[in-house]
Amino acid sequence: MNWVAWRMLVGDTTKYFGLVFGISFATLLMTQQISIFVGIMKRTASQVLDVRDAPIWIMDAKTRFIDEAPAIPDTDLMRVRSVPQVAWAVKLYKGQVTARLESGDFRAVILFGLDDSTLVGAPSEMLAGSLSDLNQPDAVIIDKAGYEYMWPDQPLQLGREFELNDRRARLVGVCKASAPFTTLPVLYSRFSTVRGFVPRQRNLMNFILAQPREENNAQATCSAITDQTGLAAYTRNEFFWKTVGYFLSTTGIPVNFGITIGLGFLVGAAVTAQTFYLFTIENLKQFGALKAMGVTNSRILLMVGLQALLVGFVGYGIGIGLTAGFFEVTKNITHLAGLYLQPLAAIGVGIAVIVIILLSAIVASIKVLVLEPAVVFRGG
Amino acid sequence: MSQNIALNSVTPATTTNPNGPPAVRCVNLTKEFGRGDTRITAVNQVTCDVNPGEMTLLIGPSGCGKTTLISIIAGLLNPTSGEVSVFGQSLDQLRGSRLVQFRARNIGFVFQQYNLMPTLNAAENAAVPLLIAGEYRRRAVAAAEQVLESVGLAERSKSLPSQLSGGQQQRVAIARALIHQPRILVCDEPTAALDTQSGRNVMELLARVAIDPRRAVIVVTHDARVYQFGQRVISMSDGRIESIVNHPENVKGHQ
Repeated sequence: MNWVAWRMLVGDTTKYFGLVFGISFATLLMTQQISIFVGIMKRTASQVLDVRDAPIWIMDAKTRFIDEAPAIPDTDLMRVRSVPQVAWAVKLYKGQVTARLESGDFRAVILFGLDDSTLVGAPSEMLAGSLSDLNQPDAVIIDKAGYEYMWPDQPLQLGREFELNDRRARLVGVCKASAPFTTLPVLYSRFSTVRGFVPRQRNLMNFILAQPREENNAQATCSAITDQTGLAAYTRNEFFWKTVGYFLSTTGIPVNFGITIGLGFLVGAAVTAQTFYLFTIENLKQFGALKAMGVTNSRILLMVGLQALLVGFVGYGIGIGLTAGFFEVTKNITHLAGLYLQPLAAIGVGIAVIVIILLSAIVASIKVLVLEPAVVFRGG
Repeated sequence: MSQNIALNSVTPATTTNPNGPPAVRCVNLTKEFGRGDTRITAVNQVTCDVNPGEMTLLIGPSGCGKTTLISIIAGLLNPTSGEVSVFGQSLDQLRGSRLVQFRARNIGFVFQQYNLMPTLNAAENAAVPLLIAGEYRRRAVAAAEQVLESVGLAERSKSLPSQLSGGQQQRVAIARALIHQPRILVCDEPTAALDTQSGRNVMELLARVAIDPRRAVIVVTHDARVYQFGQRVISMSDGRIESIVNHPENVKGHQ
């Protein structure tokens, strides 16, 4: 009878494609919007995740997110180093400055100042040049997306010069870095060089990156640092989520995306549930005849469930395929960097689709289950 | 309506079959719908037999209870009171899945509107009862093609219902009703949607089916054109049996 259920479903191509379209549309809308939302949220704290060589971030106790850290005195670095659980600690600057190009154009850029001797926090993958070139005077490294933003449609060319705070900066490398929340270029330089790039201020360092003495004891080390220095200390993941949490709670992004995702779910659910419900109702006579001929209610339930799952599977597959296609097409667009089909979104939407389709199947099944088989003797 | 028929003989409400036990025995069957002021007695104290090897016509005006009666005989409705047995099996003793299984094995249905699956072709439609019984699809469809041949539709076995005339669709429905060799064939207004010739063809086919002494055919009909095909005519009015008429010449004619 599974075969009969399948033929009932696909035999009417118009209704079948209507059902599949409803689910594909809902899947596409939800998966794409969730993936973009997650991608954007990840971008807000992508620079935290990019630092792979130090698991602990230390900052002013009042810091709310990565872009808002005030400078702290250099003496704090010594205090952190004096915490027994800390193996080593280095300074880090992160801020935003304005770059003026040779053409006279200017661009806001994110600037990282790395510890001169260790370069902890440097990008892990270079596309051109070498990290050690940062030891040259006025040297900076830029991320690839930033290069395309500052010098659009131009080949990678090292040695380019531009100005940061009226001071010459020389491009010595291009690296791969995660896209930031804003589509600003990300520049890396040595801490001592950055002093010249940033307007003079009493303190420059706003983060300390540290390594716990015991490899798997980052959490306890953070607590010890906070206890002994009064500074805020977070593991990489904690700081990532703190930053993401800030954007989630203080911007309209989650509300807007939430509305779109919710509407996608509602529209998809409504289209799918209504079409599937109507499909089943239109087949009531057939189900009634089957019941009269000796098909049990449980068998009917399986048939409706099978139809629902088949439609859900095909619709979901097409929807996910379309979403993957969208991200495949847009993967090389600079300002969409970091946005891709999130596996968790695909799984979550898959579960949502199953819920939608099973709910419609259950609602539609009730009509079939309570149907008196004697109804088949009513003409018309 | 019953007065329009040339009745050959009138018998008491219960007759005995000289060839053996009846295929269907109804004793004091009553079926009520609704409660209180809205209660309707659709079948009222009906007692009758249906014999094997015969076609029994159930006639009467609309709302007289004939569809309710065959629904009870076919195990689709439970009577409010009274007993019905099919080939000695009391339907009262069957509940739930046992009743469904009994129906699947022993009852064949022919509906007024054919109730064919629009997305299955003729052979696949006719194969449905075997599929319900758990037969493999290929075997079931092969068997269905043979049955379709016996109802004169061998060349249309791959046609969808929408590609068949009303008469052809009804013959597919008859093939479907017969494929699992049921002992009771219940037909609800099988000629109501057909022209005269198609209706006649369908009734001739049913008459041939009814010859089998292991089977009984019950036909509910309004159609006076088909009365000649029945060996017995049970006439109902207001939920009661008005008369039972035998047509012995028809038995002779079809044998």
